[in-house]
Amino acid sequence: MYEIHQSSQEGHFSRLEKNTMARQGVLVQPYQRLKLEQVERIHRASLAILTDPGVVCFNRSAAEFFGDRGAEVLPIHQGSAACWLLKIPEKVITDALQSAPKVVKLGARDENNCLILDGREPRVYFASGSETNNWLEVDVEAFVSKRNPGIEVEFPVFRVEKGTVDRLAKAARLCEHLDSWDSFLRTVNIQDDDITNDNKDVNKFFASLNNTTKHVMSGLTELSQLSNVVRMSQLIAGGEEQLRENPIISFITCMVKSPLQLVDDTTQKAIEIARRGIPLVVSSSPMGGSTAPIREEGMVAQINAELLVGIALTQLVNKGTPVLYGSVPGRAHMVSLYDSYGVPEFNQYNIDCVQMARYYGLPCYSTGGISDVMVPGIQASVERLFSHILVTLAGPQYLHYAFGLLERTNTFCPVQAVLDDAHIGMVKRFVRQPVVTTDRISESLEQIRKVMGTSHKLYTRFVRSMLRSGEIAPPYPFEGKDMVDGTLLRARERMEEILSLPPSHIPRPVVDKVFQQVPGLLVRLRN
Amino acid sequence: MTEDILTLLKENVIQGRVTQDDEGFDEGMVGQPGVSELIEKALAQGINPENIIKKGLTEGMNIVGQKYEVGEYFIPDMLASAEAVGAAMEILEPHLAKSGIKSKGKVIVATVKGDLHDIGKNIVSMLLRGAGYMVKDLGNDVDPQVIIAAVREDKPQFVGMSALLTSTMMHMKDTIEALTESGLRDKVKVIIGGAAVSEEFAQGVGADGYGADAFQAVRLVEALSTNMES
Repeated sequence: MYEIHQSSQEGHFSRLEKNTMARQGVLVQPYQRLKLEQVERIHRASLAILTDPGVVCFNRSAAEFFGDRGAEVLPIHQGSAACWLLKIPEKVITDALQSAPKVVKLGARDENNCLILDGREPRVYFASGSETNNWLEVDVEAFVSKRNPGIEVEFPVFRVEKGTVDRLAKAARLCEHLDSWDSFLRTVNIQDDDITNDNKDVNKFFASLNNTTKHVMSGLTELSQLSNVVRMSQLIAGGEEQLRENPIISFITCMVKSPLQLVDDTTQKAIEIARRGIPLVVSSSPMGGSTAPIREEGMVAQINAELLVGIALTQLVNKGTPVLYGSVPGRAHMVSLYDSYGVPEFNQYNIDCVQMARYYGLPCYSTGGISDVMVPGIQASVERLFSHILVTLAGPQYLHYAFGLLERTNTFCPVQAVLDDAHIGMVKRFVRQPVVTTDRISESLEQIRKVMGTSHKLYTRFVRSMLRSGEIAPPYPFEGKDMVDGTLLRARERMEEILSLPPSHIPRPVVDKVFQQVPGLLVRLRN
Repeated sequence: MTEDILTLLKENVIQGRVTQDDEGFDEGMVGQPGVSELIEKALAQGINPENIIKKGLTEGMNIVGQKYEVGEYFIPDMLASAEAVGAAMEILEPHLAKSGIKSKGKVIVATVKGDLHDIGKNIVSMLLRGAGYMVKDLGNDVDPQVIIAAVREDKPQFVGMSALLTSTMMHMKDTIEALTESGLRDKVKVIIGGAAVSEEFAQGVGADGYGADAFQAVRLVEALSTNMES
């Protein structure tokens, strides 16, 4: 493992580890695609990239931060914007890796829902993700057979709607009630007529926080709104100190534009978020074959370099900023050059990145459970389950994109999210560790001997207590009995059932305070 | 006292406990008498076997059936209870005969010649026993002549045959023909089941009924019994 001096982190570890109120996620025995020598080779390649060719930086403050720590900062010309070429020495990265916390707590309105992400422990939590413009409704219509008009069958039909505040709130309510959905990463881009760039942040955070007691994560649209979002979160968490202890929100900043460019706007946002010590995902999403090498080793060396730069910056700004290694590597579709998530390489890249994060002991924000197709169905199920299983097996601490995403990252479908919850539940069962103890073996031998003494030779009797304790998997929740695949219809019924439950709103006096002190909130969101 | 033991018996049927070694759903049941021990105790106390069946076993199984219908119980629970009732009936059988009480009926079951796949047949046996029928299980890979001999000796009302393989299902036809040749066909109702066969096949080979699953098989026997009585 990468040698990290952890003394500066010990206080932080012990405080977090004492916190027993946390969601369980699932602890896996990680699948190691890369051998240690390959991980180290990639690490060295990433360090080499950071000095040659280096990183193009469009943000003056970031260039200064790196320059102050001994990076070579060369002014260059790319278009009309001011920019610098940074050649970052290994020491800057090594120092950052030492100060970045190895355990990050993502808090929640209900502290039992908080997540403890420990970079040294492959415990996986599942989250939604992306900020899709589209929301896909699933309607049910009856169809009559042309050949036999006596046959009428119900099928799902799909309707594309735009993302709105109400729909974002609906998704948060679903998240609240779906067991595998550990953290709410905003699902849709809110595009209501009364939403502008200036009030988008407060409204998306409020709509999310007011409808789920789980952790809420989102990007920041306008830097000017950061203080308002933080103030709102403090009011909901119970105060400034309470928010620090229980960070109910966190941010994602994609400060890197691949290949190897630090964007001015998002880099500035990351700097400001880091200054406030709020948990932050440093993410990068290069596409193999277009904005990164298509071969695994080249892709991973580049994204790793990009993430190391971002993480280093957060630590230069504010040592100890809780940060996640946000790997979102994809592969380009060779017909359209769109991003493509259904291909096997997507899984390879992601698994490799999880290993890189573990090598550094950093909590990993990884990617899986997404599909290229526009609607739920066979292709969607195959593509998403492929990565749900494989990337989970790698043991990232925070697996995002795992619920409801279709058409790459353009569409969120709540019915698909209900299906994903069930499928992730099955994956979680599969990756659980085997319990082969002497006692269990003795119990099994006793069962075998007992059953062999009966005429029926059936083990069903011994299943009964396990059926109730949850030790064995229940039947597929959307199983059908007819000659028509009604999976989606049953998932839709489940969604309606959940949405009819009373929402877990923020207490009224707190909402009143939030509306008094935070500008820009839509009055119609006031419960 | 009588009521207490019958209530306990009913409770243990619901919990699916054959003997004192079995666990039930409630904690701490291991070591307490199960259905087998309670039946012996009830008989020792001179409780009428018919009363034992009605108040203890049948009432217990009715509750199990209701729990299954509403999804509270699963098939393993149903089978455990049926197994408990089956064990009870085995103990009660000689006492029933002595008291002149007729059982609901006798069924001979077998998996046909050449076929070793008898899980379905075993489940049918357990459920039939649980429903109060006397079941003689001839096992698997059973030659038609063994079935004929058993029918002659035990005089059952029903013969149930199962087959999983398409290569063995025609032995059902052979067995039915053998029953006819032996002059026994009109003495028994023949029912069949198993993955290889269907309602259509049952009609084709001259069986009296087909059960798509174990529950349907029990319903079929109940329905045919009613017809026979009327």
